Amino acid sequence: MTLAWLSGYGLQLLYGAGVTLSVAAVALLFGTAFGLSLGALKTYGSRPFRYVAEAYTAIVRGVPDLIVIYLIYFGGTIALTRLTGHYVDINGFAAGVAALAFIFAAYASDIFRSAIRQVPRGQSEAAHALGLPRSVTFFKVVLPLAWRIALPGFGNLSIILIKQTSLISVIGLEELLRASAVVSGATREPFFVYAVAALLYLAITSTASWGLHRARIRSNRGFA
Amino acid sequence: MLDLQIMAEAFPNLLQGVGLTGRLAILILIFGMVIAIPLAYARNAHSAWLHGPASAYIFVIRGVPSLLQVFLVYYGLGQFEFIRSSALWPIFRDPFWCVIIALGLNSAAYTAEIIAGALRLVPKGLNEAARALGLSWFQTQRKIIIPLAARLALPAYENEIILTVKATSLASTITLLDLTGAARLEVSNTFAPYEVFLTAGAIYFCITTTLSWLLRKLEQRLSIENRGVAQKARELRLGAAAHA
Repeated sequence: MTLAWLSGYGLQLLYGAGVTLSVAAVALLFGTAFGLSLGALKTYGSRPFRYVAEAYTAIVRGVPDLIVIYLIYFGGTIALTRLTGHYVDINGFAAGVAALAFIFAAYASDIFRSAIRQVPRGQSEAAHALGLPRSVTFFKVVLPLAWRIALPGFGNLSIILIKQTSLISVIGLEELLRASAVVSGATREPFFVYAVAALLYLAITSTASWGLHRARIRSNRGFA
Repeated sequence: MLDLQIMAEAFPNLLQGVGLTGRLAILILIFGMVIAIPLAYARNAHSAWLHGPASAYIFVIRGVPSLLQVFLVYYGLGQFEFIRSSALWPIFRDPFWCVIIALGLNSAAYTAEIIAGALRLVPKGLNEAARALGLSWFQTQRKIIIPLAARLALPAYENEIILTVKATSLASTITLLDLTGAARLEVSNTFAPYEVFLTAGAIYFCITTTLSWLLRKLEQRLSIENRGVAQKARELRLGAAAHA
């Protein structure tokens, strides 16, 4: 058993963990960009845009993540097939990343909005008085100050995102959970395999939360 | 673009899954709460023998995806001969009970964290005053500490309720026909995933939105500030009546 583990099954799980990490990283990137745009829209946007952004968050909050993933995976296939006229098979990785990024953005936008609002108004007024354009004010003055405030909530969401990648297994992407299902089918030792997977997840999430803890301490330098 | 007829036909079939979704959510929340209360006290305990295991349990459960926990209970436990031959096997073989056990244990960790936080917020002096009046530890908790902590915990617990309702959708991955499971079945019959999952999403949205509205009403009713206002209003009215 040990030999089989060292040669193949263990590697398969580690490979799955690698897929989990890359799905999480790419989804985090897109989700942050989209979430930040939505957050800025909720803060600065005119009323109709604000309502659309609020409705988006409310809908994603009210629907299970699995439904969002199914909708994007199966719905995306159909939409693209109708659009292009021939059958398009959506890649599980792309669909998974898209679904997780959409979900992440819905929650992150609220965190970004409240962080942007907490930046003292004087900062952007001063930037305005110095003649900085609005976009420069946002990216160079407000955002660097808002990051520190957003960090704890953003960190929590990122750890939730890592755990949510396991849901992508339902659309067949071989990340850690799906790899565990495959390995446990081969070894007939499901408890042992899932326990190993749980330890791998625990290692990933606790490393991430340790890193976030360090980042929070670092971001608070100079603040009482 | 959207086939409304498919949506209308899918709707009654999906509604049949709502009952199971509701039953799962209620049982998970009850099971989670039963474990969470002692867990929260252990988490706040001074003794390392109580504090350590409780913190470790919460740490492990919160660090691992809940779908993995569901698989661990449903597929994993069957690996052991002693479980398969035990009297509990009918429970561990049944996906319904497996979901309740797995998600209940999961919810317990999050709920315990909420309750432990609320218990820490109740001022120490209340505890000391109650003990000085001769109330036993249990009486103090039941009559003084828990009612106050419950109100403090309510806003966070509301969130946990909504998350639990959404988490029941994981039951569909181990063959149960809850709302998500019913939607998957409907998709395999109609080949119209777009329409069916949109309808299912809309039903979920109605459930969670109504639930959070009701819970917010409850919270307003129970909030300490409102109590104070109501009390003042009653005194004022009594005062006015005395004058009349």
